[in-house]
Amino acid sequence: MADVDQPHEDVRIHGTAVPVIEPGHTFASVTDKISSLVLKRRTPVYWFIGFALAFMLAQMLLITITYLVFKGIGIWGNNVPVGWAFDIINFVWWIGIGHAGTLISAILLLLRQEWRTSINRFAEAMTLFAVACAGLFPLLHTGRPWLAYWLFPYPNTMGVWPQFRSPLMWDVFAVSTYATVSALFWYIGLIPDFATLRDRARSRPFQIVYGLLAMGWRGSARHWHRYETTYLLLAGLATPLVLSVHTIVSFDFAVAQLPGWHATIFPPYFVAGAIYAGFAMVLLLTIPLRKVYGLEDFITMRHIDNMAKVMLATGLLVFYGYMMELFFGWYSANTYEEYMIFNRITGPYGHYYWMLIFCNGVAPQFLWFKRFRRSLPVVFIISIIVSIGMWLERFVIIVTSLHRDFLPSSWGMYSPTVWDFSMFFGTIGLFFSLMFLFIRFLPVISIFEMRTILPEAEVEEEAT
Amino acid sequence: MASRDRHINFALMRDRILADGEGGNGKQYWRSLEEFSETEEFRQLVEREFPQAAEEWDDPIERRTFLKLMGASLALAGLSACTYQPPEKIVPYVTQPEEIVPGKALFFATAMQMVGVATGLLAKSNEGRPTKLEGNPDHPGSRGATDVFAQASLLDLYDPDRSQTLTFREEIRPWSNFLEDMGRAISAARARRGAGLRFLTETVTSPTLAAQLRAIFTEFPQARLHQYEPAGRDGARNGAMLAFGQAVNTIYRFDQADRIFSIDSDFLSCGPGSLAYAADFANRRRVTREQREMNRLYVVETTLTNTGAKADHRLALRPSELEGFVRAVAGALGVQLGAAGGQGTGAGAHANWVGALARDLQQSRGRSIIIPGDEQSAVVHALAHAMNDALGNTGKTVIYTDPIEAFPEDQMQSLRALVADMNAGQVETLVILGGNPVYNAPADLSFGESLNKVALRVHLSVYKDETSELCHWHIPEAHYLESWGDTRAHDGTATIIQPLIAPLYGGRTAHELLSVFSTQTDRTAYDILRSYWQGQMRSGGAATGAGRAAGGAATQGAATASGQPAAGGASQPAAGSAATTARNNTNSSDQTTDATATTAASTPGPVTPATAGTASPSPDFENLWRKAVHDGVIPNTALPAKTVSLKADWASQLSAPAAQPSSNQDELEIVFRTDPSIYDGRFANNGWLQELPKPLTKLTWDNALMLSPTTANRFGFKNDIGIKGGDVLVSTANLSYQGRTLAAVPVWILPGQPDGVITVHLGYGRRRAGHIGTGRGHNAYLVRTSDAPWAGAGARVSNTGEYYPLATTQLHFGMENRDVVRSRTLEEYLKASAEGEHEEARDPEHKPGQDESMYPPYDYSKQNAWGMVIDTTTCVGCNACVVACQAENNIPVVGKEQVMRSREMHWLRIDAYFKGDPNYPDGPEFMPVPCMHCENAPCEPVCPVHATVHDTEGLNVMVYNRCVGTRYCSNNCPYKVRRFNFHLYQDFNTPTYQLMRNPDVSVRSRGVMEKCTYCIQRIQWAKIESEKEGRPIADGEVVTACQAVCPTQAIIFGDSNDPGSRVAELKREKRNYGLLADLNTQPRTTYLWSLRNPNTEIPDKA
Repeated sequence: MADVDQPHEDVRIHGTAVPVIEPGHTFASVTDKISSLVLKRRTPVYWFIGFALAFMLAQMLLITITYLVFKGIGIWGNNVPVGWAFDIINFVWWIGIGHAGTLISAILLLLRQEWRTSINRFAEAMTLFAVACAGLFPLLHTGRPWLAYWLFPYPNTMGVWPQFRSPLMWDVFAVSTYATVSALFWYIGLIPDFATLRDRARSRPFQIVYGLLAMGWRGSARHWHRYETTYLLLAGLATPLVLSVHTIVSFDFAVAQLPGWHATIFPPYFVAGAIYAGFAMVLLLTIPLRKVYGLEDFITMRHIDNMAKVMLATGLLVFYGYMMELFFGWYSANTYEEYMIFNRITGPYGHYYWMLIFCNGVAPQFLWFKRFRRSLPVVFIISIIVSIGMWLERFVIIVTSLHRDFLPSSWGMYSPTVWDFSMFFGTIGLFFSLMFLFIRFLPVISIFEMRTILPEAEVEEEAT
Repeated sequence: MASRDRHINFALMRDRILADGEGGNGKQYWRSLEEFSETEEFRQLVEREFPQAAEEWDDPIERRTFLKLMGASLALAGLSACTYQPPEKIVPYVTQPEEIVPGKALFFATAMQMVGVATGLLAKSNEGRPTKLEGNPDHPGSRGATDVFAQASLLDLYDPDRSQTLTFREEIRPWSNFLEDMGRAISAARARRGAGLRFLTETVTSPTLAAQLRAIFTEFPQARLHQYEPAGRDGARNGAMLAFGQAVNTIYRFDQADRIFSIDSDFLSCGPGSLAYAADFANRRRVTREQREMNRLYVVETTLTNTGAKADHRLALRPSELEGFVRAVAGALGVQLGAAGGQGTGAGAHANWVGALARDLQQSRGRSIIIPGDEQSAVVHALAHAMNDALGNTGKTVIYTDPIEAFPEDQMQSLRALVADMNAGQVETLVILGGNPVYNAPADLSFGESLNKVALRVHLSVYKDETSELCHWHIPEAHYLESWGDTRAHDGTATIIQPLIAPLYGGRTAHELLSVFSTQTDRTAYDILRSYWQGQMRSGGAATGAGRAAGGAATQGAATASGQPAAGGASQPAAGSAATTARNNTNSSDQTTDATATTAASTPGPVTPATAGTASPSPDFENLWRKAVHDGVIPNTALPAKTVSLKADWASQLSAPAAQPSSNQDELEIVFRTDPSIYDGRFANNGWLQELPKPLTKLTWDNALMLSPTTANRFGFKNDIGIKGGDVLVSTANLSYQGRTLAAVPVWILPGQPDGVITVHLGYGRRRAGHIGTGRGHNAYLVRTSDAPWAGAGARVSNTGEYYPLATTQLHFGMENRDVVRSRTLEEYLKASAEGEHEEARDPEHKPGQDESMYPPYDYSKQNAWGMVIDTTTCVGCNACVVACQAENNIPVVGKEQVMRSREMHWLRIDAYFKGDPNYPDGPEFMPVPCMHCENAPCEPVCPVHATVHDTEGLNVMVYNRCVGTRYCSNNCPYKVRRFNFHLYQDFNTPTYQLMRNPDVSVRSRGVMEKCTYCIQRIQWAKIESEKEGRPIADGEVVTACQAVCPTQAIIFGDSNDPGSRVAELKREKRNYGLLADLNTQPRTTYLWSLRNPNTEIPDKA
């Protein structure tokens, strides 16, 4: 418990102790409060407005996908020097966002960071939905998406396997494994809460649905024992995945010989970036959520503070990555690398680079100061800036590297079309639609885990 | 019922019977089943089991009956309704036409005529459909190569926008109706001895057409012929008149020339004989182990041309300065110009240049050429003749013959006279054979308005165009691949144009239209042509009737002695096939409407006498004719060289040097030039040509006012690279010239353009061209005048402040200090090769070895290792390879919008790189870039589905069916030669395009990647042939499409494992290098240094 207490002390030294759960809560009050969001409280009008907006965007996604399959990916702005653009930018962006959930759930669980308890549930949900959005892009960015299943190694009459040397192939494994494990992890974590909801639901349909989802959970000691083992094992399994997925996504670039892509720093720098983006997104969701649903007791300033610190740390890593890219470009003494860096900074997309440096390098520096970390508007705005910055990072890596490569004759430009944007915002719509449904129908905070961090739980544990 | 039913089944029955037997009643015997079946239960069982047996036909309209009756009556009704179908015997090739093997292409000699000059062709025919055009190696104007126009003319044949119906005032009419109408007009004209009957044609070189016209003029003495080409050669003709007092045809012998001075002549890429000239020029430029010398090319020109790009020294002059400069050169060469000559003026700042040039030329007396451009004035031409004479080139490198034109005349004068007569009401009937004068006549003549004053106007043309619109009768013209005809090469060699297919839309030829004016109105072109040549090929070769046309006609003896070459019908365009087979082909096509007319007389077997009026052909003629048709050249028809001498007083007739235009800063000079892609507008509806990047600007789908960077800057014109990938946002200008204006014309900033000069390409702004060409670009004919058709002063431009997007395929023309095209001087090369210095050692980059790979090296030594070498020294950037590749490989056209998105599909592109000061650039250097077929291909390991793989012969092959379209391969290709089908670019629906496609190449659909295959279908064909014959593939047996058309043989393909092959020999050359070889891609396509041979006396920037 000592190391768990460490943050407490740390905070105390500065004279403003903020607990991970506000005092005055009991087992019953925690359960009541969280389950009431789903079962009792009237759905707030914000929910309806938010869901309607998100759902509209999701319909736009549907229209875009229909048109895309009908007309071909020429409706986007991709062209020959710039073969990948919004499609892969958005893919990497969403996958990156999807990293925070599993990191919070798995790695912080293994590290026994108990403040994670308040945020892990919806961070995991966020992961799942982000991965769902991400998954759309590699599928739909292919010229013939109806044949994209050829990327899966399945025995077939053609007698052809996928090509295992291709990073896109590795992506298929990495992303599908990650999606599966994340979904399992999330669902298993939800089982005890499903049981709680089942027991407390008063309407028959809710009882049936939650009952089915709870898979006969009765809370017996045997159940708890198995649950704990499974959860820990899955956490162990998910932990390397957090690192591997984005490492492999970075291989899509690092394996290519294109200046600006072919860099050994990519795996760690992508993983750091992913966590950075993920935490930004968690904060982006947390801050309004706790406000609207009055969850300030459970998601305290302590959480905000911790997440801001993680953002600062990963942001610095990412910034180090940018500096190293510049250094490599210069140190390589290679014409193409030098020009790539020069073009990135001063070329036609140079302003995106400087925006990127501002968003990801400068903006998070405010988080050094506790004053800003404790200010919800500041953290919220920085989170937005970081989310944009991480999108820009992928834009800079993908588009500015591709648009001017080896032969000046084949240099070109890229500009997105309205369909690129409708696809991107459509996935944002899909993401938020799913998020809203999640908030409405599932406990956004793990009820039973919250109970374990109550002082009551500690006492009992010590008593036995 | 239900409960009883339950007891009635076989099991129960059996139990019952058994029970009965075992019951106390003792055994019940039955004698038969009939008796047994008497029981009630059994009867019921049977009824249940076979209910229909128990049913009765008591219901009058029972359901089944109804159905039966209906079925029967329907069947009977159907039978009774049947009409007797005429038997259609579908028994193809029971008697197989000679040499037609399905799937095997045949080649037939024919020729394409443009501006009266022929390019000899071998047309590839797949089951009767022409699918590709190759140059005819036996033809002097082709030598096996073709230009872009010949390649792309195939698309014109299949263009669905072609005129398809004969119309009178836009109403469809039958031919007989036309004959009636013309009959009336002809008899009226006959009464007037032909007065009021006029013919307007393009340049006539066809001997048969000339003979027909002469016959008409004999019958109608007052009738007149007018010729007009928008890109005519009046300057050359008038120059010859000035110098020699007679029209001559000038032939240049570049194979004999060491020093060439081009006065604004783009002889390497357009104009009569350019293919042959380019070939000879390149041969004298190709440095090999044996040949250590290069020719040297000086170019003085206004707008940068391909020839200027290849120059060792190029000087950009304003058109007004050019004549003075030439006078200065002439003076320096010792030509006496007399009082009016303006001796010594004009060189001005370029005196050094002139001096060095003159010294160099004089050192190569008899081995130099001074060639003036067709667009230059008569004075410049006359000066060039005089200079060639002074240098002793006449008769050595410069050969004079009689003109190849049948009616040499000043075409502009001819058109002026016609317009004057039309305005004066003296023209009753005007027959326009081809051409589009309403669109392309000079603006000051207002041809369209005058035309409306003619009582009867007839227009024969392939398209319903601006001229057809104003004519009463429009007659669809047969494409040259559909028609019989004849034409002449630049040296006069005549060729029979033979059809490859029956007219798709029932088009007529000019010969057939002219026959309307004779007594036999229904003669076919074939008959007309044969009867003409029968007259010409008569024993003794005496010229009959047509005078000069037969001057060099074949003598019977000579032709028969040469014998019939082997009719190969091979896959390679080496040998054609007998003419008879061509006609079989034609017969076998579905298009029979008008085919009967063309082919009836050409049925194989004993040749029927053509038609009444012609004598029965002698067997000798038949042999000569067949050989001529087969070979694509009529022997001994080249015009003989003739001696001409300068008129004594020629210099005194030179006009005084033109006054320099006012140095008013706002007034610019304007230059009109034919477009490098769509020429004078005749190819405006040809998608291949519209999308073909123009050699020096890489512009597609548009024309623009071209200005030098300095001049553009002065007016604030800008070219900004757009955002989409291939678009450039350019300023637009309002152009006013001699009181006429063109509004909002885009401005292109062209390095190498002299300051203060606008160049604009003709051919755009068509109002009625077809789906592709209508409304593209701006019509420069609207400001072009007849007194100064090529250049003039006093143009004004004003910046509109608006921008216009242009589509280009190359945005950056600088090499960015990269080692792309290795341009060296001859001196440097000789030094390097003498030192034996290895090229790789000079590489600034580390060049990795073959073994520096994670994967074990593949042993290619056991089989063919296909490779290509591209000589950047001899590449003149003519683009023929690009269009040839497009035709061979079924490459789609994507349209301007898609080019602006940088999605053009050309598998082969020609990069152009300028060097140095943008105002006085070096180059550009041309670099054709196909797929490199890298041995360590970066595209291959990144494809997740094995859609691009390496084959054992080193080809990087693309499996279209397997491609899912991730585009990763393209991203990882350092050469960016892969092309992706972002949309469904292929037109799968237009039936004529289906006829056109190469059946040996897949037609790619949406969503797949494609790229150069080294023409794998040609490799496979050669492989199959060689395997059948049990021999290895010989060097030169596989010729890629790009290689085949290249006039300068800059592209060499072959097996680099065969040490004796040309490609292997070139790869051992000192100047061979791999593009981006430092990436360890191990490219199979390699390049040779671009060598220049500068004159050390001339500083870099003259």
